[in-house]
Amino acid sequence: MSTVASTWLDSLLSGHELFPEHRAGCWVNGLRADALERAHALTLPTPRDEDWRFTDLSPLYRLAFRAPVAAGALDAASLAPFDVAEAPLRLTFVDGHFVPRLSRLAEAGGALVLPLAEALESHAELVRAHLGGCVANGGSAFAAINTAYLHDGLFLHAPRGVRVPPVHVLYVSTRADVAVSPRLLVIADAASELVLVEDYVAVHQDTYGVNVVAEVVAGPGARVRHMRLQHDSKNAFHIGTTGVRLDRDAQYGALAVAFGARISRLDLHLTQAGPGARCELDGLALLAGRQLADTHSFIDHAAADGSSRQEHRCIVDDGAHAVFNGRILVREGAQRTNSAQQSRNLLLSDKARVDAKPQLEIFADDVKCAHGATVGQLEAEEVFYLRSRGLSESAARAMLTYAFAAGLVNRIALPSVVARLRETLTARTGNTEIVR
Amino acid sequence: MSQSPGRELLHVDGLTATVAGKTILKGIDLTVRAGEVHAIMGPNGSGKSTLSKVLAGHPAYEVTGGGATFLGANLLDLEPEERARAGFFLSFQYPVEVPGVANGQFLRLVYNTVQGARGREELDPLEFDDFVRDKMKLLEMDPAFLDRSVNEGFSGGEKKRNEILQMALLEPSLAFLDETDSGLDIDALRVVAGGINALRSADNAVVLVTHYQRLLDYVVPDYVHVMEGGRLVKTGGRELALELERRGYDWVAQEARAA
Ligand SMILES: Nc1ncnc2c1ncn2[C@@H]1O[C@H](COP(=O)(O)OP(=O)(O)OP(=O)(O)O)[C@@H](O)[C@H]1O
Ligand SMILES: [Mg+2]
Repeated sequence: MSTVASTWLDSLLSGHELFPEHRAGCWVNGLRADALERAHALTLPTPRDEDWRFTDLSPLYRLAFRAPVAAGALDAASLAPFDVAEAPLRLTFVDGHFVPRLSRLAEAGGALVLPLAEALESHAELVRAHLGGCVANGGSAFAAINTAYLHDGLFLHAPRGVRVPPVHVLYVSTRADVAVSPRLLVIADAASELVLVEDYVAVHQDTYGVNVVAEVVAGPGARVRHMRLQHDSKNAFHIGTTGVRLDRDAQYGALAVAFGARISRLDLHLTQAGPGARCELDGLALLAGRQLADTHSFIDHAAADGSSRQEHRCIVDDGAHAVFNGRILVREGAQRTNSAQQSRNLLLSDKARVDAKPQLEIFADDVKCAHGATVGQLEAEEVFYLRSRGLSESAARAMLTYAFAAGLVNRIALPSVVARLRETLTARTGNTEIVR
Repeated sequence: MSQSPGRELLHVDGLTATVAGKTILKGIDLTVRAGEVHAIMGPNGSGKSTLSKVLAGHPAYEVTGGGATFLGANLLDLEPEERARAGFFLSFQYPVEVPGVANGQFLRLVYNTVQGARGREELDPLEFDDFVRDKMKLLEMDPAFLDRSVNEGFSGGEKKRNEILQMALLEPSLAFLDETDSGLDIDALRVVAGGINALRSADNAVVLVTHYQRLLDYVVPDYVHVMEGGRLVKTGGRELALELERRGYDWVAQEARAA
């Protein structure tokens, strides 16, 4: 590890002791201590690592962060734009700190929805049984750092057959130079159903860091929908690790959006551990300026009769850069797997760049796997068609750009989230007229 | 058809154009006046669609000589959208699919943009909905087509109806209809032709690019032109179309070469 990187890491870990140890002998202390050791031992990724070829984190490593000492002042009204009206349950974290005043903790229809810090005490057995289970080998150096900081986040447990009303976890940044380590643990027991909105926003445009680990364990026949909205400040650094484990016949539908951050990275690792599991993963990145958004997904078909559908779209303007690496592994026993992956990329400027790579590894013989990647500009014929109907060139381009992204957004079942995303798309694509 | 000649809408004079470095139009002369119906026929690849796209302002086609005026203004100086707003309409031989854009929203945006440019009243979504449904009735179109993406997955005939629906909304002075009849079944042809006729007036004109007499039975042309190798080599009345249907194009080409 270079000195630069360790300076950064030291700054990051310096606030470690600010989080009080749990009561003596508590397992969490041991877990954190181990992770701290690992964080120091693991090398931080550089472009020399195959998985980080296109994503150079040296701008991040040059920074020093402050530990999140306290939540910045924020009134309820300033959260109105981020409200998910359909979600009766909301956990709001300001600069990494849970703020009950800005949260809605209602009866969850028989499910447990509470801050992780509380669950570490009240539901220690359940947490202990699952925490870290979806992050292979303890995960990357970033996952280790997250665990070293393990402190608070979301705990969601849906017992067998329970239908949980939509849950909104909102991370708001109000201050510069702070690094936060959110941790989400979602346990969906057999035949339960839940909808989670994982949401990162800022009320400023300065630099800060987010290093999150989210884990979703779905039992037999469970149905989980997961919207991940990364709309951090345009100077933020966002590193996300999402681990998902699907048991027999479980279903997982997700949309991960990258609108914000100077550099963002999402490692999505989904394992179909039981037969008949299904996942639908949508990804959307809308980038401009010098933004870089990197999605590395890994779908592990480890059981038979599974299906996966993945659609990743990037719209890249100015000198921005999108990276997509979609690895799909079909193990020997995963017969009759049906997998489709599509990566579509729209370049809006000469300097914009996309590196999209499907990566299929198939060891079963009876499988259906389709994949494709396209990178291109707007279709000239489409632009001309719209202009021939009287629309200006810029209106035509805006409409087509908007449409490219809206296709994915419209699949979301929560109207308030759709409206919010459309609003951003409208503003960012300049398509002011089509949405109403 | 009309007793006194209508005002001149389009005047094309010695127009030549290239695409991908290849000369396609080799000197087109054409004058269209208000109240007239023109038909342009001619073999595949003779340049009919090229002419329509050049007049609509497709950026892939380069005008290398001659000129074109539309309502007295230099048509070739205008951007495609300015031509549309000025009242030039092209019904595409192959209408473009626009996935992700709802047809209804598209039509309203197009309508309001052009209305605004012409200094006329725009319609809010509810008003427009009534308005467009009325126009769709004229073309016997199912309102369900408003909710689908523009032309996406439409059958050939459905696309052509959607083109004429746009013509009905935009009320052009000059409509260039490139093979609007191809892809239409017998009943649809009658309906669409009825729609075109309903939109005609003494103030506007239609140019029909077609291979077949069928459409011309419904929308009767005043002039029939034959395009051959990038030129309009022969012009006649409606009887010329009937003769072409009987005899094909060879004799026209021979006659043109002899002249
Ligand atoms: N974009 C282009 N690139 C290259 N060649 C082109 C292009 N557009 C037209 N052409 C060529 O120009 C010639 C005329 O084509 P055009 O489409 O105008 O013919 P057309 O008379 O409309 O034929 P059809 O009756 O089959 O519709 C053809 O040889 C065609 O291949
Ligand atoms: Mg043609």
